[in-house]
Amino acid sequence: MEMPKPKEDLLARKPQIIARLREVLPADAVIDDPSETRAYECDALSAYRCQPLGVVLPRSTAEVAAALKACHELGVPVVPRGAGTSLAGGSMPQADSVVLGLARMNAVLETDYTNRFIRVEAGRTNLSVTGAVESDGWFYAPDPSSQLACAISGNIAMNSGGAHCLKYGVTTNNLLGVTLVTMEGEVVEIGGPYLDAGGLDLLGLICGSEGQLGVVTEATLKILPKPEGARPVLIGFNSNEVAGACVADIIKAGILPVAIEFMDRPCIVATEAFCHAGYPDCEALLIVECEGSPAEIDEQIGMIRQIATRHEPVEFREAQSADEAARIWLGRKSAFGAMGQINDYMCLDGTIPVSELPFVLRRIGELSKDYGLDVANVFHAGDGNMHPLILYNANEPGQQEQCEKLGAEILKLCVEAGGCLTGEHGVGIEKRDLMDVQFEPADLEAQMRVKDVFDPKWLLNPAKVFPLGASASRRAS
Amino acid sequence: MRVESEAQLAEAVRDAGGALAVRGGGTRPVGRCLGEPLEVGISGITLYEPGALTLVVGAGTPLAEVEAAIAAEGQRLPFEPANWGPVLGAPGTSTVGGVVAANVSGPRRVQAGACRDSLIGTRFVDGRGQIVKNGGRVMKNVTGYDLVKLMAGSWGTLGVMSEVAFKLLPAAPSQATVVIDLPAGAAQVALAAGLGSPFDVSGAGWLPGVGAVVRVEGLAESVAYRAEQLRKLMEPFGPVQVEEEGSAAIWASLRDLEPFIGKEGDLWRLSVKPSEASDIVARLGGEVLLDWGGGLIWALLPEGSDARALASPYTGHATCMRGAAGVTFEPEPAPIATLTTALRAQFDPKGILNPGRMG
Repeated sequence: MEMPKPKEDLLARKPQIIARLREVLPADAVIDDPSETRAYECDALSAYRCQPLGVVLPRSTAEVAAALKACHELGVPVVPRGAGTSLAGGSMPQADSVVLGLARMNAVLETDYTNRFIRVEAGRTNLSVTGAVESDGWFYAPDPSSQLACAISGNIAMNSGGAHCLKYGVTTNNLLGVTLVTMEGEVVEIGGPYLDAGGLDLLGLICGSEGQLGVVTEATLKILPKPEGARPVLIGFNSNEVAGACVADIIKAGILPVAIEFMDRPCIVATEAFCHAGYPDCEALLIVECEGSPAEIDEQIGMIRQIATRHEPVEFREAQSADEAARIWLGRKSAFGAMGQINDYMCLDGTIPVSELPFVLRRIGELSKDYGLDVANVFHAGDGNMHPLILYNANEPGQQEQCEKLGAEILKLCVEAGGCLTGEHGVGIEKRDLMDVQFEPADLEAQMRVKDVFDPKWLLNPAKVFPLGASASRRAS
Repeated sequence: MRVESEAQLAEAVRDAGGALAVRGGGTRPVGRCLGEPLEVGISGITLYEPGALTLVVGAGTPLAEVEAAIAAEGQRLPFEPANWGPVLGAPGTSTVGGVVAANVSGPRRVQAGACRDSLIGTRFVDGRGQIVKNGGRVMKNVTGYDLVKLMAGSWGTLGVMSEVAFKLLPAAPSQATVVIDLPAGAAQVALAAGLGSPFDVSGAGWLPGVGAVVRVEGLAESVAYRAEQLRKLMEPFGPVQVEEEGSAAIWASLRDLEPFIGKEGDLWRLSVKPSEASDIVARLGGEVLLDWGGGLIWALLPEGSDARALASPYTGHATCMRGAAGVTFEPEPAPIATLTTALRAQFDPKGILNPGRMG
């Protein structure tokens, strides 16, 4: 993975750049000692690291604007950072950049149940948004696996999803408004506590733009009343194909569970060893969660049981208590941790049409054999968003490169099957150079023209999303 | 001129000598339509996978054709698109491309999101005559910028769509509507109580001659249970009854603004913070219809009325859908207007796509 060569003059001007930032920001909002900035040298794509020139940690929209304005005047690239949990390298610094961290901006600004929204500073963590309204019976729906740690700003940048988006949608479907600071330091209010844009849908454009169009400092988020209850069932099958067919049949039957999660044998075996959730010994399992009153859940689960029975499951386990429900989810929620115990792993995020599940899983198995690297699959089956985990040993020379090659092959397979490179993690640096597998030059050009509008000098997170070759002339200017 | 393929469309835009008035079926004549008419007749379902809840379709395909095809598999467009043709006095056949260009969302928007939320991909021809694709045919996709959302509601001013892809939902086998006898000005509080309940309300509005209406949809037993819970919840607000057989007709009427069809006056559409609805309704006077829990106000006002002046102050935006008023779309604050103008210049540097349509 290549990063652009840092600009020598910026590296040489580090003292002046830091001094200028200290002029416009409070003393404790600027750090540049390498021992302190080390914490910001990478995000959750930890294989890649780079120390930035410095880090700014503003406490307000005004301070964010001041920092961006100063960097704009000095021609310094800025890498926005929420909680640093990106699996795609979305907040990985470049050596000649300043990292702008939003962690200090985490306040709840307004809670409004009548109009069903909450307004927060964007550095607030995802789970603590729900935490702020939970006791009143409400929740914020998008629930990425990292929700304990990840920030709303990063969720907006990557348009994050989660296990329950089959019913509730992803971040963009739950976002009503943002306060955006442009690279030039201008504060723009987009959207608000009402539905739909009055003109062009700039909000839809900002969400998922990976911190390249502006820095979101505040967000108005849709909140929902909590359902009366929820209950999962676990269904085990003797093959991936049959499990995939069962998913399609459930959807075709007109049932829309809030989540349909899929795990294959390597994943089941690893999580069992890790957390002893008591999963059946089988090739594939589904966790299907239904919501509503007890009677409504019974009705839905009854239908799911009928459909599943036609596919001859090796097990159909319905949670009879909160404890049993927690045990059904335990293995799924521990899956990444379990993989981390075995080995280093790379988590992919391609989406495929649900109908292609059996084919893609079979093909991933073949590629896994070809490369001699194990792949475990755990993913959101209802929407086709796959998370193949490639296991490798980073200490063994060459394995990381092999793993990345296999990852690229699997993502190309997702695109060939009619899907895309990333369903919810974002492009970042990780999938940047695969973008031309999915897009024609004209498609990428249209996207880059949007960045030209918001950030004409290409200073905001410039080395992400677009293949370096495609963005070279813009970044150089 | 009518084009029937993407290649023809690209050629027509490339060769255009001046402004093009882009249209689908011409059922949404909102704002100015200047230039040579360019009708998108690219029609037909390209791909439909019921098991994946996804549909890819030519932008010029009639909406009715799409709805019939997916209804045959027990599915539907989640956002319940309205047919504005009759109320706008525009006979014609609504196309899916037109629905997307205007981001038309009906009552179910409060539960299932807007048209733009169900749109998962599009192909379009920009003002340079260049074919561009964005999104795709899968329902979770964050690969690159989301131009799909940008195209929805851009009224053909950034590009002319040739193809659109939707995520679908299973059609609900049953529905019921709780009707509360309340005047429009008192409805919002009751609607908010419904939308704030755990009963998964899929519509909340106020219809002239009917009252405040709250809908639930789903499996039969579940609908019966939730309708009963809502009936109890609504009792403090006014006389309540539960409508089952008449439920669908209520929502079709509300969606297509049936009470306003054929009536004189200017038609305005205000998207506002729902809790402001009662005050705005009082200030507007005239006939109103409410949707989205009060967040969407349709107002039929005397010819030449300026609903923005009447309704102020409000949080949101007002559009003149039919009438003599000068400014169709809400004027934007300067920073937004600057970004919007610059985006248009990038997508349509010659300014030929529906110029002046959005103001």
